[in-house]
Amino acid sequence: MTIFIPTPLRPFAAGKDAVEVEAATIADALDSLTQAHPDLRKHLFTGEGKLRAFVNLYLNDEDVRYLPAKEATAVTAADTLSIIPSIAGGC
Amino acid sequence: MGILHLTPAVYREIRAHGEETYPYECCGALLGTAIPDGWNVVAAVRAGNTRTDSAHNRYHISPLELVKIERDARRQGLGIAGFYHSHPDHPAQWSSTDLAEAHWLGCCYVITAVAQGKAALTNSFRLAGLSEEDKAFEQDTIEMNE
Repeated sequence: MTIFIPTPLRPFAAGKDAVEVEAATIADALDSLTQAHPDLRKHLFTGEGKLRAFVNLYLNDEDVRYLPAKEATAVTAADTLSIIPSIAGGC
Repeated sequence: MGILHLTPAVYREIRAHGEETYPYECCGALLGTAIPDGWNVVAAVRAGNTRTDSAHNRYHISPLELVKIERDARRQGLGIAGFYHSHPDHPAQWSSTDLAEAHWLGCCYVITAVAQGKAALTNSFRLAGLSEEDKAFEQDTIEMNE
């Protein structure tokens, strides 16, 4: 599957905007990604290994948080996973 | 200090958006390419503000809308260079909320003050730092490209 890397994380993924991985589930895909690019790990996960609260994952157009199996959801080579840090603020 | 290069059309667009949504905050994404001293932004894409509960002083862009904006940008050979929003009747300076909610390291956050419905100062701040733990805003110079 293809994992799309957002602008702020590309310096930690050898400058790539997308990374191809072979994976059976979303969790596998993230494991493969962070094994290939270990510097990404601290930007995606807390010290306890949980996905940081501001990191959104979309499997194609679906928010992974709302998939029944969440990160254990099965994936195929044709799927895409978008990593999107949240955007918010205000005065 | 870095430089944010904008086209006059992008500059006009983000300020006009802030005037249109006044007294509520507008928000959107800036598309462009990285250059050695900053970003070269060639397009602004409007986004909806999902914070309808407090739109006069808060903004939030739906992550799915961002996924689609990023996908379209990629097709054009562009990337998300940063974001813009307005501060209705508030200075064009980042707030503690802006910093706490900023997670796009290296990207620019453009803020336009809108005073009584008219766009006033527009500033750009780069989210500097190497991690969430040491992030900080640094002001950029805005330069207009023809």
